Amino acid sequence: MGIEEKKLDDVYRDEYAFVLPDLVIKEAIAVIVASIGLLLWSMTVNAPLRSIADANKTENPAKAPWYFVGLQELLVYFDPWIAGVTVPTLIILGLMLIPYLDVSKSGVGTYRLRGRKAAASSFIFGFSMWIILILVGQFLRGPNWQFYWPWEDWSVAKSAEETLVNMSQWSGMGLLALYFGLGLTLPKLLYRKFLQKMGVARYVAAVTLVLLMYGVVVKIILRLAFNVRYILVTPWFNI
Amino acid sequence: MTMNRISEKVTKSQIWRSIFRHRFSDTSRNRVLTVVSNFFLHVHPPKVHRTGLRITHTFCLGGLTFYMFIVEVVTGVLLMFYYRPTVEYAYLDMRLLEHSVKFGVVMRNLHRWAAHAMVILVMMHMLRVFLTGSYKPPREFNWVVGVVLLVLTLLLSFTGYLLPWDQLSFWAITVGTRMGGATPFLGADGPFHSVLGIRPDNDVRYLLLGDTAVGENALLRFYVLHCIFLPLAATVLMLVHFWRIRKDGGISHPL
Ligand code: HEM
Repeated sequence: MGIEEKKLDDVYRDEYAFVLPDLVIKEAIAVIVASIGLLLWSMTVNAPLRSIADANKTENPAKAPWYFVGLQELLVYFDPWIAGVTVPTLIILGLMLIPYLDVSKSGVGTYRLRGRKAAASSFIFGFSMWIILILVGQFLRGPNWQFYWPWEDWSVAKSAEETLVNMSQWSGMGLLALYFGLGLTLPKLLYRKFLQKMGVARYVAAVTLVLLMYGVVVKIILRLAFNVRYILVTPWFNI
Repeated sequence: MTMNRISEKVTKSQIWRSIFRHRFSDTSRNRVLTVVSNFFLHVHPPKVHRTGLRITHTFCLGGLTFYMFIVEVVTGVLLMFYYRPTVEYAYLDMRLLEHSVKFGVVMRNLHRWAAHAMVILVMMHMLRVFLTGSYKPPREFNWVVGVVLLVLTLLLSFTGYLLPWDQLSFWAITVGTRMGGATPFLGADGPFHSVLGIRPDNDVRYLLLGDTAVGENALLRFYVLHCIFLPLAATVLMLVHFWRIRKDGGISHPL
């Protein structure tokens, strides 16, 4: 091997590879596979087209597009200003803040989650909830947004009768205070390093957002297990 | 003439050399030149870290999201030739697409399914970026750009959903935009709406629909948002997204 060739060989072997052909060939394959898949899908399944829009003929159930059905599913448990506006706003805000709240430097460029358990578990929990709510809303909700298993017949009406109760003023406020009070202090007590590493502002923001996320599940459980309609009732809004 | 002679003739012609300013013999120099002297390839650097090349690192999800967007642009422009965004014609044009436009159905299906695929892919892409810790410094801002792209992708899909003007789309948008009316302070059904004197005919929902209910104005607004504003916004942000990937040191890899 001449010196020139040996040098070229070294260039090929370092941890950086030429985009051409190594990357471009993979992109080309991905595009071809995706195109074939998409064509097959489009030649076998037709996009839905029902009868012409009629404002006087309500669809029942009237479902949002599937990617928003998760939020629509939350309408069972929350008033529209929470399910339709506040929750999505907080999700977007929370997602944007992730890089600024997560101070752990570990796990860049690898799927190993060691050293980032808290961040990873919160994100994966939220992501799963997103998917689950979509699946429930899309496949398990029938007329009047009643719960139907896939094998159940939609034409058999389900009784909408449900006696829901509101929590009393004091127990509601107490529960919220307890939830956020404990939620904000416990992580600090259990893992002292959290607060130290993050600083107060990051800590409060991150823990509050995570508590709000789990709070959605808490409310769902309160509703399903104890028929709670509102935790807190005020003259202006209900939670 | 043999194949070689023909290719020699072609690649030495003035036309060819005006387009490609380098040779194709397999040398490092030419591999680099092919990338940096080609407008489309030069989104890439000449060389990339091997981590980013592994399929299991990116699963090509970001790239495929982008490809779905391209499919949407191409099929969308074709559909625009046959579609009029008025209550009178919108639904009729969808039916005509089925019955009297060659490949009209496939074109519409492609546009619809690629849109769904794009939403699914962008969700998976976000999951992959999170799991590989690729939002950590110095890539924080590109994650934020990504979140805006996610929102734009959903809005693109949502605005397109109304255009067929059938029962499914009409009621989906009615349900979806009703939530906007519940916005605190700014929606007529939201808490504190009276503070700013908000009524059904001046709240955010009215702004979105151009009316108090889904109708002619909403169709036109969604059409313009769907075909002009949102694709332009998404394009600009994708350019920023891709540019930032390189400025932030390429696809993430362990140090
Ligand atoms: C229309 C939507 C989007 C498109 C077309 C897009 C495209 C891409 C592409 C092509 C890459 C290169 C690596 C890869 O293929 O995975 C990438 C990387 C990246 N994307 Fe996206 N993306 C989109 C949305 C998002 C979203 C929703 C997020 C996060 C919330 C995001 C965050 C990032 C980050 C941080 C990187 C750098 C990853 C790394 O260094 O490993 N993107 N994007």
